[in-house]
Amino acid sequence: MAELTTYRQAVSDGIAREMRRDSSVVCLGEDIGAAEGVFKTTTGLFAEFGPERVWDTPISEQAIVGAALGAAMTGIRPVAEIMFSDFFACCYDYLANEIPKMRYMTGGQVTVPLVIRTANGGGLGFGAQHSQAVENWVFTVPGLKIAAPSTPADVVGLMASAIRSDDPVIFFEHKGLLASKGELAPPDHVVPLGEAAVVRPGDDLTIVALASTVPTALSAAEQLAGEDISVEVVDLRCLVPLDAKAVLSSVARTSRLLLVEENPYQGGWGATVASIVADEGFELLDAPIRRVAAECVPLPFADALEDVVIPTVDKVVDAVRRLATF
Amino acid sequence: MTVSEDTSIRVDAGRLLEWYEEMALIRRTEKAAYDLFMSGEVKGTTHLAAGHEAVAVGASAALREDDYVFATYRGHHHAIARGATPAECLAELMSKATGLCKAKGGSMHLTKADKGMLGSYAIVGSHLPIAAGAAWSAKLRGTDQVAVAFFGDGATNIGAFHEAMNLAAVWKLPVLFVCENNLYMEYTPIASVTSVPNPAADRAAANGLPAEIIDGNDVVIVHDTVKVAVERARAGDGPTVIEALTYRQYGHSRADPAKYRPADEVERWMQRDPLRIARDRLTSLGVGEADIDAADARVAQVVDAAVQEARDAPFPDPAQALTDVWADGGAVWRN
Repeated sequence: MAELTTYRQAVSDGIAREMRRDSSVVCLGEDIGAAEGVFKTTTGLFAEFGPERVWDTPISEQAIVGAALGAAMTGIRPVAEIMFSDFFACCYDYLANEIPKMRYMTGGQVTVPLVIRTANGGGLGFGAQHSQAVENWVFTVPGLKIAAPSTPADVVGLMASAIRSDDPVIFFEHKGLLASKGELAPPDHVVPLGEAAVVRPGDDLTIVALASTVPTALSAAEQLAGEDISVEVVDLRCLVPLDAKAVLSSVARTSRLLLVEENPYQGGWGATVASIVADEGFELLDAPIRRVAAECVPLPFADALEDVVIPTVDKVVDAVRRLATF
Repeated sequence: MTVSEDTSIRVDAGRLLEWYEEMALIRRTEKAAYDLFMSGEVKGTTHLAAGHEAVAVGASAALREDDYVFATYRGHHHAIARGATPAECLAELMSKATGLCKAKGGSMHLTKADKGMLGSYAIVGSHLPIAAGAAWSAKLRGTDQVAVAFFGDGATNIGAFHEAMNLAAVWKLPVLFVCENNLYMEYTPIASVTSVPNPAADRAAANGLPAEIIDGNDVVIVHDTVKVAVERARAGDGPTVIEALTYRQYGHSRADPAKYRPADEVERWMQRDPLRIARDRLTSLGVGEADIDAADARVAQVVDAAVQEARDAPFPDPAQALTDVWADGGAVWRN
């Protein structure tokens, strides 16, 4: 049996592998050095690479991503951490106006090889300002690549691609997955940006999922197998580039599509995927496209309330049953 | 911290004449930009830097070719001071394919990356952390390059200014924060919306940084001040804040006549025109009027030719709209 590791450890491992192979990779963020990150996702980096390559910053999100941008424009490959993805709002100018527009506005004069990592999503009971899934905040901005892995091996493989990319990449690490375990990535493991994975083949219905909703979808699929409903689960792994072909080719086999996303229904990434399939795959469908997304409210604190808001296995199972009999 | 009024300034006459010509080139280009805006050949907006020339030229003269400069949406003077030609600047303003940014940026985003002019930023204050990052990069790479962020007085009240200054101080970065204090944030007197009299310099102390308040209309003073700060930065002694007092000769943007400024204030500052100050100093150094006029004539010729060149240039191929998003040159976000 392959060696197992945690998603959390895979983050540090993925960064460390790139720092070993490329001395221009430098990390910065709050509490990432000797403290090894509030989520322990930078464990061992400070000890191995020292203060010249792992920089603790003040609580200054604009300075963190702004400085990372300036460094990326001038020969460094910065890996910046924004502790909670909710704090993207504190530096949204850089995410929406500076980083994604730099190459375009200058007519291609400037290159921005930059990674911004962040702990995203709910499930840990941190309340409304530390639990949101904000993929849609960045998905709405042209010029950012977006990765959101669901397994430890994909964390390592996508981290390699993100750090090696000459384009800015937003890298979502899901808080609810940090303790989850999976196979250790083999040496030199690289997962290209923009390649979805069929993580469970099936015939009756396609679920497209991302990050935390992948294990949710897999649990639902397992339960539905007992009811003779064969569900295919596609892990998008990235939002940009978006592997629309993988979605369309799965729907071509199953003719039914359910999108499961943790960001709110209102403006969530599933709406864009649904519009592509409606536009380019309408004749493939035997049922309406459905979405299980977060309710359009702030994330509540109590588990009993949070479960009402974010996608759960029960909600996915229920949606699949209704779609399967449409 | 007092305004420098050192009368014992020494400068080589030949060098000062070069600076004068550079400032005159900027002035004439800004005049052309204004005329082209009024005639409808420049669309959108412009924020002209006429009056601010000494800051750009004096600072640029104190920098190395491989140093980095970050400017604001009022940044034409910095692009030209770093080596962009009036023709490529005006072509950009006129939406032409030969523009500095292939007409994708416009007046507010002039950039000349191969000369270290790493952009003009139109979100107030946003480039201060970016400049700090370029300085951090120089420190990481051990190149002893310096980064300079030029910004207006209005930028001193936005969060990024304070975050950048603290980070640069803590990390001892080789960066200069140069405020072009022209007394107005857009249309409002900066004094009426700022808690301290010197919006940039007074904030430096809060971050443990040295500050200089200087006559930003005297190119020699600007050069000499920036030179000292650059040497300090290169030596590893960290950032300096420079507050250069200057004045806009046009309004805030577009065709703004700036009627909110008292006439006597305008008159006082027009007496302190940076070109006039440089010309007087040249004369006192024994440079003949004819030599100075010859510089003006050369500049007129260059800018007139630049206007014609920009007019003659083609508009961009519409297909260019869907390029330059990604490093592969394209804009494809899905398969």
